[in-house]
Amino acid sequence: MLTVEDLGVSFGGVAALAGVSFGVRAGTITSLIGPNGAGKTTAFNAITGYLRAGRGRVTWDGRPLTGRPCDIARRGVVRTFQKTSVFPTLTVLDNVRTGLHLRGRAGLWPVLLGTRGVQREEAKIVETAREVIAFVGLERRADEVAGELPYGEQRLVELAVALAARPRLLLLDEPAAGMTGAEKERLVAMIRRIREQSVTVLVVEHDMRLVMGISDTVIVLNHGRVIAEGAPASIQAHPDVIRAYLGSSSAPA
Amino acid sequence: MIVRALLAAAALALVTAPAWLPSPYHLHILIMAGIFAILALSLNLLLGYTGQLSLGHAAFFGIGAYTSALLALKLEWSFWLALPCAAVASGIAGWAIGRLALKLRGAYFVLVTISFAGVISLVSINWMELTNGPLGLPGVPPPDFGPWSLRTKRAYYYLVLAAAAFTYLVCHRLVHSRIGRALVALRENEPLAESVGIDGTRYLVLAAVVSAALAGVAGSLYAHYTRFVSPEVFLFTYTVTMVIMVIAGGQGTLLGPVIGALLFTALPEALREAVAWQWQMLAYGVVLVVLVFFLPRGIVPSFERWQRRRAASLR
Repeated sequence: MLTVEDLGVSFGGVAALAGVSFGVRAGTITSLIGPNGAGKTTAFNAITGYLRAGRGRVTWDGRPLTGRPCDIARRGVVRTFQKTSVFPTLTVLDNVRTGLHLRGRAGLWPVLLGTRGVQREEAKIVETAREVIAFVGLERRADEVAGELPYGEQRLVELAVALAARPRLLLLDEPAAGMTGAEKERLVAMIRRIREQSVTVLVVEHDMRLVMGISDTVIVLNHGRVIAEGAPASIQAHPDVIRAYLGSSSAPA
Repeated sequence: MIVRALLAAAALALVTAPAWLPSPYHLHILIMAGIFAILALSLNLLLGYTGQLSLGHAAFFGIGAYTSALLALKLEWSFWLALPCAAVASGIAGWAIGRLALKLRGAYFVLVTISFAGVISLVSINWMELTNGPLGLPGVPPPDFGPWSLRTKRAYYYLVLAAAAFTYLVCHRLVHSRIGRALVALRENEPLAESVGIDGTRYLVLAAVVSAALAGVAGSLYAHYTRFVSPEVFLFTYTVTMVIMVIAGGQGTLLGPVIGALLFTALPEALREAVAWQWQMLAYGVVLVVLVFFLPRGIVPSFERWQRRRAASLR
């Protein structure tokens, strides 16, 4: 269970998040939606340690979630990025092997001595990497350079890298952006399968059909505040949400 | 296939070099190339794999040289003890600089390494009691190997060759491990690397320590070869030469720095024979510009690319 309480982030006096509170139940798919500039990515950055929140607290598994991004990843909270983000000059296989960083243990001396243990661990890492690549359906691209793949496939590489880090909470920042219809369908199926492996998923996404299709809960942000929270059907009918998206001039700033 | 054959031929040529080189002078060039190969490999760990530029790398080289020379001269330690101590001393310096500068990285790291080299150089000039100041430390003894003294160029050549091979192995193991992948990940996309649990500062400091320690090994080898250490070992020119070797050879490759070291140790000597002294530096510059212009990513990456294209066109 992820709990966000009164999270506040300001940039030079402008509140990007003005006291946001919500919870994400374990084993669910929750979506965070809202118009551009509502604070969705800011919330992601604050939860995953890329941004220091001015106030509020985030708890995961009953303990405060604090520290640098790498500390937070170690707690099983892994994110993807809004802009496509791979290790561009590495092959798909090496991208995913890098994502498996925390599953290896080899330290400097065993590596320099080239011990059996290190060799076994490497073999295991390659094996696991191939499994993850198969999961996202990129087997045939495994040895190609990630930065040279088509956009949609790069997004899958990104997902594979995040999955390799064995998240228990996966935060996806606009995973479907730039994908074709067919690619989106495959992505939805994949996110569902990820949840089946008892991974909790929090998604920021603009594609409403996708959001309403996969989410157990939808949280709506506007101007740095939560304006609605609930099942997809109730959100679609919520007057404040409609107003926020249609941009009524009477909405309080 | 061709690459394998070329590498095997090159290895054979290096092992048999003392037999076919025409003079001790040529062997001397090869020994210096070996020492510079260690330095270039060491700098490449940082510059090529993590993307962090150390412009004070001569400092780690010099610390190694002084440590080894002082231990041999003042405490009469054997070379075989002084060498690892030189590596440790430089490694500690690398750790300190890394801790200090790698939290902010980039340009900040470049500045801190430059200043560090400047400060260490001043210390070596002014701490007369320890370093003998600008006069330097003459009479550094050559290493012994059992009952033999490695005082001949031929013997020392094999020592340097072994050390360079050792350095290559260290770098090879490191970059092909999860540690190496973490370093490359930090160069390629730091936020993404952090998101999968790679502790950026920790791994960059680790790279700085290993890199500095290897530069210390080169320093020790240099001190016991020239048998003389002075503040000149801290010269900025040494750092620049290392950077040229790494970039021209191919940063982020293992063979690149070695090829760069051979080329740019031999080049000034070749120019000395071929060109009048006034034009030597100019010719050196022209070669460098031409090389960077036609092979901007370095010799080894350009060669690899050419190979891949050829393989693709044959398919």
